[in-house]
Amino acid sequence: MSLSYLRPLVICAGLVAVWQAIVSFTGVPAFILPAPYSVLLSIVEDGGLLAGHAGVTFIEIALGLLLGVLLGAASGIAMSFFVPVRRWLFPVLVVSQAVPVFALAPILVLWLGFGIGSKVAMATLIIFFPVTAALYDGLRRTEPGLLDMARTMGAGRFAILRHVRLPMAMPAFASGIRIAAAVAPIGAVVGEWVGASSGLGALMIHANARSETDTMFAALFVLAVMAVTLYFAIDLVLRRLITWQPETYSSDD
Amino acid sequence: MPANGTLGKTLKAPSIEVSNARFAYGARPLFDGLNLVLEAGRWTCILGPSGVGKSSLLRMIAGLLSGGNDTVVRCGDGSATAGRVAYMAQRDFLLPWLNVVGNATLGARLRGEAVDLDRASALLEAAGVGEAANAMPDELSGGMRQRVALVRTLMEDRPIVLMDEPFSALDAITRLRLQDLAVRLLADRTVLLVTHDPLEALRLGDRIFVMNGSPAGLGPPLEPAGRPPREAGAPDVLGGQARLLRELAEGGK
Repeated sequence: MSLSYLRPLVICAGLVAVWQAIVSFTGVPAFILPAPYSVLLSIVEDGGLLAGHAGVTFIEIALGLLLGVLLGAASGIAMSFFVPVRRWLFPVLVVSQAVPVFALAPILVLWLGFGIGSKVAMATLIIFFPVTAALYDGLRRTEPGLLDMARTMGAGRFAILRHVRLPMAMPAFASGIRIAAAVAPIGAVVGEWVGASSGLGALMIHANARSETDTMFAALFVLAVMAVTLYFAIDLVLRRLITWQPETYSSDD
Repeated sequence: MPANGTLGKTLKAPSIEVSNARFAYGARPLFDGLNLVLEAGRWTCILGPSGVGKSSLLRMIAGLLSGGNDTVVRCGDGSATAGRVAYMAQRDFLLPWLNVVGNATLGARLRGEAVDLDRASALLEAAGVGEAANAMPDELSGGMRQRVALVRTLMEDRPIVLMDEPFSALDAITRLRLQDLAVRLLADRTVLLVTHDPLEALRLGDRIFVMNGSPAGLGPPLEPAGRPPREAGAPDVLGGQARLLRELAEGGK
């Protein structure tokens, strides 16, 4: 048990050691690769600045996640419940994935401005498809025998959706939300790179222009910590909410 | 054990007539022009090898599968079978997020009716799983799960019960116990049991049909002496097994 807790620390220490070794032995200039210590110094000195920008980015990620999951869930349910919606919407969704969403970032900034709106939209857009696909797939995979049973019990389509198919699809939906939690920060930061006055992405662009590479690394570090924390927090909540395992259900096939 | 009157409300089980049943996968009919009468208040068993179409026939009687144009499935009193049928499958299909009582009362919830908890606990008690009322399905053994599934079927309180190999995934001893329990709890109902186990058919069936061939037909019924559940060592059971195995083997040629 202690080893499993120690392992990430050991990996981090190892990476920092390698980093320091590269800096020490190659003599690479600080504006290309700053030493770990100067990045740490930057985090401490610019703590307030970083926290302010991190707060903006966090709000963008959280709102994007919320909207993306809600809209994705709604379209997944609509596609599985209404046949015409499925026939018309699903091909559109699949084709839309061929458009690189990042290419839309400048347009979103143009339309929605430099504030958080364009970043929330960006995060929502990239979350939407994985969530829709995961929930739709989960709803489609309900055991046929279970549906037979529910029908002989006299259940209507909506009752089956509510009491059987939706709960049954929750593990698949949860995987969709996990993917969403992992990609939401990407959407927010790309949005900030394209045009923003605040947020960690904007801070990185400004620092880059002034060759303050240690500030860039500091912002990157804060972003990474935030993204990882968010992922594990959401994973923990999902595990608590969905205690049953789909594997045990289908293992006796 | 409480008298049947406290556990079931209905009864006066109808007979069922199936005429000209036809079901085909593509061009190849599994069965065609098949006729069958399920006598009122008795157990009819259909015995046949896997893939012969016996489950399809059962699903057709349950109204889950439509037959050919000439196919007629109706009760002896002339009415349709819809809403008078309860269905029990080989898999227990317990919903993993509901506890035992929740699963046993699923039908009422699916129909948006009030849940009769008193009747549920009386039936769970009668089925020997009263202690486990608040347990989750993954805490139960296979035999207990199938007992809960049987209670869920009984909670429907339908005069016709269709069972598709409900005990075949259980070990031999558990299977015998559940067969006895099913006979006790399903008394006075019109039951169709589909199975590939000759011993099961002989223990439980008032009338036993062998379903064989391609397209499949039903042989003349075997009516073993004595009331179900018969002892596994009873002369009619042992003698019948030889005959049924022979008939099954002949059809396999």
